Amino acid sequence: MTLMISAACASAESLVIGTTQVPSHFNAAIQSGIATMMPAAQIFASPLMFEEDWTPRPYLAESWETSEDGLTVTLHLRADARFHDGTPVTSSDVAFSIRTIRENHPFTTMLEPVRSVDTPDPLTAVINLARPHPALLLAMSPALMPILPEHIYGSGDIHTHPANLAPVGAGPFRFVEYKQGDYYRLERNPDFFLPGLPMAEELIFRIIPDPATLTLALERGEVDINPFVTNIRDLHRLQKARGIVISDLGYEAIGPLNWIAFNTRKPPFDDVRVRRAVGYAIDKRFILDRLMGGMSPDSTGPLAPGTPFTVTEVARYDFDPDKAKALLDAAGYPEGKDGIRFSVTMDYIPSLPEMARNLAEYMRSQLRAVGIDLRTRSSPDFPTWAQRIANYDFDLTQDNVYNWGDPVIGVHRTYLSNNIRKGVIWSNTQQYASAQVDDLLAHAAVESDPERRAALYAEFQKIVVQDAPILFVNEVPMFNAARDDIAGVPHSIWGGVSPFLTLHRTE
Amino acid sequence: MPVQDLRAIAGKAGLAVLLLLAVVVLNFLLLHMAPGSPIEAMLGQMGGGSPEVIAELRADYGLDQPLPAQLGHYIVRLLQGDLGQSLLYHAPVSELILEHLGATMLLMLVALGLASVAGTLLGASAARRPDGLIGQALGVLSLAGFAAPVFWTGLMLMLLFAAILPIFPVSGMRDPRVTEGFWPVALDVAWHLVLPAVTLASVQLAAYARLARASMLQAVNADYIRTARAKGLSERRVIYSHALRNALLPVVTMLGVHAGQLLAGSVLVETVFAWPGLGRLGYDAILHRDYPLVLGLLLASAILVALANLASDIACRALDPRLRAGRSAP
Repeated sequence: MTLMISAACASAESLVIGTTQVPSHFNAAIQSGIATMMPAAQIFASPLMFEEDWTPRPYLAESWETSEDGLTVTLHLRADARFHDGTPVTSSDVAFSIRTIRENHPFTTMLEPVRSVDTPDPLTAVINLARPHPALLLAMSPALMPILPEHIYGSGDIHTHPANLAPVGAGPFRFVEYKQGDYYRLERNPDFFLPGLPMAEELIFRIIPDPATLTLALERGEVDINPFVTNIRDLHRLQKARGIVISDLGYEAIGPLNWIAFNTRKPPFDDVRVRRAVGYAIDKRFILDRLMGGMSPDSTGPLAPGTPFTVTEVARYDFDPDKAKALLDAAGYPEGKDGIRFSVTMDYIPSLPEMARNLAEYMRSQLRAVGIDLRTRSSPDFPTWAQRIANYDFDLTQDNVYNWGDPVIGVHRTYLSNNIRKGVIWSNTQQYASAQVDDLLAHAAVESDPERRAALYAEFQKIVVQDAPILFVNEVPMFNAARDDIAGVPHSIWGGVSPFLTLHRTE
Repeated sequence: MPVQDLRAIAGKAGLAVLLLLAVVVLNFLLLHMAPGSPIEAMLGQMGGGSPEVIAELRADYGLDQPLPAQLGHYIVRLLQGDLGQSLLYHAPVSELILEHLGATMLLMLVALGLASVAGTLLGASAARRPDGLIGQALGVLSLAGFAAPVFWTGLMLMLLFAAILPIFPVSGMRDPRVTEGFWPVALDVAWHLVLPAVTLASVQLAAYARLARASMLQAVNADYIRTARAKGLSERRVIYSHALRNALLPVVTMLGVHAGQLLAGSVLVETVFAWPGLGRLGYDAILHRDYPLVLGLLLASAILVALANLASDIACRALDPRLRAGRSAP
């Protein structure tokens, strides 16, 4: 009966997007995370956008150029872009947005080198940099640089601004309503500056906290598309479901890595030989094929597979228990009478069954075979785990860390010795310090020549894998799962946090 | 109502207020003792941060002040009727609670009605023939209903009646695509209500059935039943209008007690079925260590439970003449 009612009332162009994520608000200039980025990429436009490759495309900026010395980036804005209230988008809005993001965004390295933004005329914005900053191009993506109307967001405290919950942007969709924790509704922006786009009339984002329910809702047709499906069991189910298409295309820029991190300041993992021994003691093939059900790409180093700088010519820790035992002997941890060398505790992020808990349980039996008594410690929820790890109360832990586009934004933070900051989760909580890595990353951050930059990152990847503060396990699978009548699913490098311009229902 | 009765009820009400205040302080302390803070939750949602971001957040949320000062501020504001601002939703807590209260009340009342009426009737009919088919089935059913975790029951019902037999929707209170007209929306809500209400009722249903069955068995052996039968009344009449009325007392007391349990169960049921009520709100609030929202919700649920207990107290007095003033209890 409901089906009849829904069919009668639902417009063919109204699309329902399922998500587990609860947005605090919609202002991605001061808030990161998928919950806010996904709607913000629809509501706000940004200077540049990216499609299936890493080449920047015009969006609000028709063209742009970087000066010879790399110290100024000039954006030429298109003249026909308007905010949802009808006001034209000007260079002073761009300058205001860049300032706001630089001062408030959680990813502090993203715009750190920006000194000022000049606005010689309403359609030209000149970004002045303290040093060359090649990461700026990716930082101008829809997920990271929403252009806010200054006349709305420019007055009052940006953190408590009412427009954060009633956002006004220049993006393809206009905000309609938000029922906190239930759903939010966006409608097509008829005055959007790209002709004929977006294709959908209305987007309804339904928040369904339980992934299993979300999966069923898609199968039942209550939801048309689920971006960001990462749960292996759900993927297996959806793979077999009739009328559902799943695809792992895109999402490279998000670069979500699943890894095992060591506390490198605390014995026994202060010894690189012990860390490597753990690498040799676990069978990654088994983890990828069995635990992750073959859905998850292999990850061999600190950069996610599929980024322009990722190299795979790095040290490998192929399954070799004898080598592990030899390394542990050499490190001064001989087997005791009971066959045990030492005991350690492994933490893991709750709520990720396959990638975290199963991995830890598997490692317990694997490490026992080489004489390491591994105990697992569960955390009731994320804040509990995060507090333990951020305060170095751990031996080793499974962890999920995202690349977020350019390495400067999401990769450097894990390895720079000046980012060993107690109390900050996803800083260098391994407390890994290498002068060589610090130096390489400092140079790579300011290297404008892509080839030379790639060479610096290649060297960095080799050293980090060799030093093994982290054992890289897999890339978190990120899939779009959609009903088979849905076309234009987001598979740009930013996946579900890019504008859904061509998403629509086919007849 | 006699003065003594009113005084007894007023006494209960006063006690309830004191209890609420104790609940507030205890909740506040418990919540701050739990590992992790809104900062970790926020950083987790944001995908990272820096010491500067953390310092700013702590100042924004008033977390940089000592705990007694935070508690003091909270109570002072609470006495002025201000529950504070949600850290997760950036909206007033009282507004959020009022917005989500309706959905929870709808779910709870329907579940409570379903459990108590169906459970009592089932129990009563089982009592007529304790070893009959209904009696036996009831034993098994109540054991299963009690033992199964409510979210599991929910998922199983969902698999059965939404996936395998696609009859009911799986999530939410309504289809946001249905916006026109009162009846289509009401029907849509009713359709969405079936599975979560049955799930939530399943635990309590068994309990009511058992309770009704036990007190019925006690009642049917009482002297006044023998008298009723001797008068030549039909068995149906004897059971349903004489025995059942007396057997209802413990059921009504149970209703008050169950309000709290139902509210707790609704956290899980609402999360599984994405039902936009207080339970859902609470689940997200706890995961995000949204202190003001969690405290507000706990206070609201304490008030609801206290009210339910008060109501069942009053109902018991109305049902049972022995509890009324001027008569001594047996």
